[in-house]
Amino acid sequence: MPENLTPNPEAGAPRGKREGKVSNYKIEHFVAPISETPLQGVDAVKETGKPLSMWAEAWRSLRKRPLFIISSILIVAIIVVAALPNLFTSVDPTHCVLENSNGPAVSGHPMGYNFQGCDIYSRAIYGTRASLMVGVFTTILTVLLGTTIGALAGYYGGWLDAVLARLGDVFFALPLILGAIIMMQLPVFRDNKSPWTVIVTLAVFGWPQIARIARGAVIEVRNADFVTASRALGLSRFKALLRHVVPNSLAPIIVVSTVNLGVYIVAEATLSFIGVGLPPDIMSWGNDIASAQTQLRSNPMVLMWPALFLSVTVLSFIMLGDAVRDALDPKARKGA
Amino acid sequence: MISFVLKRFLQLIPVFIGATLLVYFLVFATPGDPIAALSGGKPMSPAVEDALRAQYNLDKPFWVQYGLYLKNLFTFDLGMSFSGQEVKDLLARAFPVTARLAVIAMAIEAVFGIIFGVIAGMRKGKIFDSTVLVLSLLVIAVPTFVLGFVLQVVVGVQLGWAKPTVSGQATWGELILPGLVLGLVSFAYVLRLTRTSVIENKTADYVRTATAKGLSRPRVITVHILRNSLIPVVTYLGADLGALMGGAIVTEGIFNVPGIGNLLFKAIRFGETPTVVAIVGVLVIIFVVANLVVDMLYALLDPRIRYA
Repeated sequence: MPENLTPNPEAGAPRGKREGKVSNYKIEHFVAPISETPLQGVDAVKETGKPLSMWAEAWRSLRKRPLFIISSILIVAIIVVAALPNLFTSVDPTHCVLENSNGPAVSGHPMGYNFQGCDIYSRAIYGTRASLMVGVFTTILTVLLGTTIGALAGYYGGWLDAVLARLGDVFFALPLILGAIIMMQLPVFRDNKSPWTVIVTLAVFGWPQIARIARGAVIEVRNADFVTASRALGLSRFKALLRHVVPNSLAPIIVVSTVNLGVYIVAEATLSFIGVGLPPDIMSWGNDIASAQTQLRSNPMVLMWPALFLSVTVLSFIMLGDAVRDALDPKARKGA
Repeated sequence: MISFVLKRFLQLIPVFIGATLLVYFLVFATPGDPIAALSGGKPMSPAVEDALRAQYNLDKPFWVQYGLYLKNLFTFDLGMSFSGQEVKDLLARAFPVTARLAVIAMAIEAVFGIIFGVIAGMRKGKIFDSTVLVLSLLVIAVPTFVLGFVLQVVVGVQLGWAKPTVSGQATWGELILPGLVLGLVSFAYVLRLTRTSVIENKTADYVRTATAKGLSRPRVITVHILRNSLIPVVTYLGADLGALMGGAIVTEGIFNVPGIGNLLFKAIRFGETPTVVAIVGVLVIIFVVANLVVDMLYALLDPRIRYA
């Protein structure tokens, strides 16, 4: 204890040999009794209840962001359209009358007709499901695959890390579209064309990106004190990974995956456009854009409408990813 | 430094073997008999067919085929395409075209992306920043092929500023429009990366020191802020080179550019194993070398990074 803070003999018990020297000091000068402290109310720290988790804190800052509000409204709307397309149009998208080929917009058909005489608006509405499905399930698959592999590599390190990192490099070195084109030529895929073949193909070439991010995040977290503590409390190494390391490494993965969802929707459209994606009988924006390209000069709107639907969807997910990143990153939050 | 480069080169070998093996397997498993296709579906005399199969090693099992391919690769013999052309010649013709295309795309995304990113970052929250951010989001959200078609029709056909399709020579001038389309999406990413990085660095202590020393603002921006902000951007550009080559398939298709993407697409369609694997091999090499160069650039940009 510093000398000038030792209590004076009147106030407290006598302390050792030097008590005479400090007798002039009154402790009241320095610390007021707690009942007289005016700051009590302000300084009080809530001791009951849990502190807000990182996620709760992120959610608090997230729900106030206009970017988040706009993008989530759009995404909810898109999900509703995908789930219940018949709520938004009563026109049968497969009912095509050649007489209407490239026809202009008329009442009840706000976007006109395509080359085959099908209603463009109705086709765009019904096309939402396939496109969204590819985006959502590809993202889920890449996250599952990438997080598992990346977390194992980062957590255990050593030869496992070396092998998994090289394996990821092999897939990473093949550009997404290029790898997907080759893979879609496989008999299993070519004969059973469906959204699922596209999902699996995109996931096969998409996971290394997530794995790299997961690996980096896990390496950052694995030596944190709370992990050491959980191990000291007797948790096995693997359980510590599952319960403490992975949940605390998820933030960057979620951010990248949200943006990726949009990227995969574009990738599906690109593959369908090249002619190796979804089968032509499945309605999707990519297929509609692909079939519109021959009509581009005479009736560009046939291409523009599905492209608009596609772009708005992708934009929503990119904006959501941006908002989530800002909310999860305390550095960015401080600056905002 | 030399041991670092050597180590990275050794790491390149399994990646290269893995990627070519993967592609070789995928193309191998693809149905369709290229030999039967050669005769246009008409029956061929068994002797001729057997001879052709033996010539292309198609009569051997997968591992032997792949082994022979690798052996030939190291003697720079890329094999013959099924239509009887040397794959080497096909590559030699198509590669310079795609290289020009990639150079234009890279130049656009690097130069404009970094300049716009720095301006936006230095003026965070101002009108220029918000406009550029919104525009970059739009560019990312619109698929490349839609962008390609729109620019082809508007710039190429309606305004007549550029040729809508590319001739066999594929000169620099003709490739500006396709290069722009190819580089536009990455341009948006580079811009956003640069912007974030500049915002992070512009309040750093060394920037304040530089300003306090009395250095001019352009010098502070270019030498102190920009140089320290470039590492994530350069990383992205390195990885993007591979994606550019893949994206070239779409762009070259739209503008009819006689490059690697076009060649590759046709080769995949016709089951031309030697051509596909040769092109993919080259692309993988480019990708890995680009990333190696990026790793070495780190040390140049940030003297604190040293390779022991």
